[in-house]
Amino acid sequence: MHVLVCGGTGCQASASAQIIENFQRILAEKGLQNEVQVVRTGCFGFCEKGPIVKIMPDNTFYTQVKPEDVEKIINEHIIKGRKVTDLLYLDPENKEHVSDSKHMGFYRKQLRIALRNCGFINPENIDECISRGGYEALGKCLSEMTPQQVIDEVTKSGLRGRGGAGFPTGVKWGLCAKNKCDEMYVICNADEGDPGAFMDRSIMEGDPHSIVEAMAICGYAIGATHGLVYIRAEYPLAIHRLQVAIAQAREYGLLGKDILGSGFDFDIELRYGAGAFVCGEETALIHSMEGMRGEPTLKPPFPAVHGYKGQPSNVNNVETFANVPIIITKGADWFASIGSEKSKGTKVFALAGQINNVGLIEVPMGTTLRDIIYEIGGGIKGGRKFKAVQTGGPSGGCLTEKHLDTPIDYESLAAAGSMMGSGGMVVMDDTSCMVAIAKFYLEFTCEESCGKCSPCRIGNKRMLEILTKITEGRGTMDDLQELRNLAAVIKDTALCGLGQTSPNPVLSTLDNFWDEYVEHVVDKKCRAGVCKKLMRYEIDKEKCIGCGACKKNCPAEAISKTDYIAPGHKLPSMMIDPSKCIKCGACISTCKFGAISVK
Amino acid sequence: MAVIKLSEAKVNFIKEVCKSYGNKPGEVINVLHKVQGEYGYLPAEVQELVAKELGIPVSRVYGIVSFYSFFTMTPKGEHPISVCLGTACYVRGAEKVLDELKRQLGINVGEVTPDGKFSLTCLRCVGACGLAPVIEVGDKVYGRMTPDRVKDVLAEYK
Repeated sequence: MHVLVCGGTGCQASASAQIIENFQRILAEKGLQNEVQVVRTGCFGFCEKGPIVKIMPDNTFYTQVKPEDVEKIINEHIIKGRKVTDLLYLDPENKEHVSDSKHMGFYRKQLRIALRNCGFINPENIDECISRGGYEALGKCLSEMTPQQVIDEVTKSGLRGRGGAGFPTGVKWGLCAKNKCDEMYVICNADEGDPGAFMDRSIMEGDPHSIVEAMAICGYAIGATHGLVYIRAEYPLAIHRLQVAIAQAREYGLLGKDILGSGFDFDIELRYGAGAFVCGEETALIHSMEGMRGEPTLKPPFPAVHGYKGQPSNVNNVETFANVPIIITKGADWFASIGSEKSKGTKVFALAGQINNVGLIEVPMGTTLRDIIYEIGGGIKGGRKFKAVQTGGPSGGCLTEKHLDTPIDYESLAAAGSMMGSGGMVVMDDTSCMVAIAKFYLEFTCEESCGKCSPCRIGNKRMLEILTKITEGRGTMDDLQELRNLAAVIKDTALCGLGQTSPNPVLSTLDNFWDEYVEHVVDKKCRAGVCKKLMRYEIDKEKCIGCGACKKNCPAEAISKTDYIAPGHKLPSMMIDPSKCIKCGACISTCKFGAISVK
Repeated sequence: MAVIKLSEAKVNFIKEVCKSYGNKPGEVINVLHKVQGEYGYLPAEVQELVAKELGIPVSRVYGIVSFYSFFTMTPKGEHPISVCLGTACYVRGAEKVLDELKRQLGINVGEVTPDGKFSLTCLRCVGACGLAPVIEVGDKVYGRMTPDRVKDVLAEYK
C-alpha cells in the first residue's frame, strides 16, 4: 500500500510536510511502516483542495487533509479498509462524495501527457520513475534510432515550443544538428517568469527525470554532449529535485560517459537565474549563463548557429522537453492524433484567479475556454459574474465572454488578440478593473524591460504614465488614441519578444473593454471599485455612533466630528474630508458598525 | 553610503568562493549567488572585492547586481517579508495586503524597519496560486491572506 502526499509548493505551504511526518510516526507506532510506504510526490494539480493525500492501489483521493486527520485515515482506511467519507471530494453539483479523481469534474476533461508522472511517483526515486516507463525512450533512441530518425519523429509529432511562441521543436533540433561541431549545447529554459504560471516548476518538482531524459535524447539527436538547465534561483525545491535526479541518473549510467554502452556521452549542469523576466528570451538567457546582464541580441544569428559560448545551442522550454520521451515511446502518430489541426498534443495551464478550482491542468489543444473555466475550473468563485480571462501573461491579452468558445491553440488565441504564452490563465470577475489590469502588466514590463532598446524602455514607460493618469481620473480621450499609437510603434520596433508583445494587455483591454476606459476618462468612475483615486469614502451619519475609532486610526487626519447626532445615538457622527482622505481603507476596517462605505 | 570595512573572515570567504569557481569572469553570477547566500546582501565593498578577484571592472559586477532583481544592495531584516504580486494574487487582493503591511510596519517596499526586524519586498509568483494571495515571512508561506490577518502574522514574530 502507498500513501501519496502532495509535496508541491501550494500543499507544502499548507502543512503537507507535517502530514507526511504524522503518517510516518503513527504508522511506525502501529508497526505498519513496512506495509505502507509514504511518498512525497509532486503536484497533483488540484491546488484549490490541497493538501491532497492519495491512497494506492484503491485510488482514493482525499482533499484538504489536515495533519490531525492522519490518525483517522490510518485507523479507518488503512487498517479497517473504510474510506473516510468527510475527507473525500464533494461534488458541488450532486452533493455526492467522490473518491476516484477520474470522476471529478476537475480531472474528467484533462489529458495528462507532460504531467503524466506528477503526483504518481516519488520524484526523488529514480526506480519509481523507471517503473513507469522512465528512460525507456532514451534506451530506444540509443539502440534503435539514428539521430536523424529522432529528429524526424519529433518533427512528425507536430510538437511546438511550449514556452509560448510555438516554434516546431523538431525543426529547431534539425537546424541545430546541421551545424554539427565538437562543442554543442542542449539548454533547458527553466526561467519561468510569467507571474501566475507555475507549470515548469511543477514538472521539475514532480517529474525531474523526464527533463533529464529528454535533454539526453535531444543531445543525441543534435550531436551535443553538454546539457545546461537555466533555472530560477527562487525555485529551491525544483533545484534540489533536479540535482537529485541528475545524480541518480549518473549513478545508473543514464548520464555521463558511454550511456547504456552506446558510446554516447552526455551530462547536465545547472545554471541559476537571478530574477529577470527577459532571460526567458533565448539570447538573453544565453548571455545570462555566460555571466553577463541578460540582454537580448538581434536574431539572426540564432542560437542554433551562435549560442552559448558562441557554439551551436538548442534551447527548449521545460514543458516542451517533458513531452519528448513519451513521443518517442508512443510514436509521433499517437501524439499527432491529439489536439487541433496545427497545434498537436496538450498544453498545461496554471488556472488561477477568481475561479472555484485553482490548480494546474493539462488539456488537449483545441479545448474551449468555456470547458476549462466552467467544467474543469468549476465556474467563478462565489457565483459572481465572469468578466475576463487573461492568457499569455504580460505578453498576452484579456479575452471576454464572446471568446469563451474559442478552441485553445496557438493560432486561435493569437487571432483573438491574446497568445498561448507559457500557460498562465487568470480568470477575473466583476471585481477586477480592466484598466488597472492593463496597468498591472505594464508595471511588470517596465520593471522587467532590460533597457537595451528605446521602444521598450521608454515607450512602455510613457504608456504606463498614461494609464496611471487614467486610473487617477486625469485621463483624456486623446490619451486613449495615444496609447494605441505608442502600442503600434513598440510592437513594430522593439528588439525582442518581450518588447514586441508588451502592448498586448493594453491593446486587448482597449478592444474588449473600451467602455470601461471611457468611464474612467469621462465619468471619472471605476465600476469595479479598484482605482483608489476614483473612489470616495463616506460615513453614513445615521449608522455612525460617534465612537471615534475611525478618527483615531486615520493616518491622514481626514476624519472629524460633525454636530449631528443620529436618533438613538449619544455622540455626534463623524465625517470624512475627501480632500484629505488618502483612501487607505483603515477606517473601514476599524468601523464595527458598517457605517463607512466606498462609493 | 557609509563605508563598510569587511572583516578578514569575510574577505577570505569571498576569495575562497571566487577561487572555487576558478576566478573565471563567466562565473560572476554564481559567485554573487554564493556570497549573497552567506551575507544576505551585496554592498559596494563586496562587489569591489569580487571584481578584483575575477579580474573584471567593478562596473560589470555592479551592472549585474543592479540588473537582476534577486541581488540586493540593502540588507534584509531579521524576518524578510515578501508579498507575491503575481497576477493570481493581484486579482485576489494582494495589493490591499501590501498596503496593510506598509501601514503596520511603517515602511515602504525595499525598506527595513528601524529595529532591523522586518523588511518588505515584492515578488512575482511563488507558484502557490491556489492559496492566493500569498505572503512569505522568511521561508514560511502564508496563504489566503487578508488585510485583517496581517496583524496576527506579524505578532508571531514580535
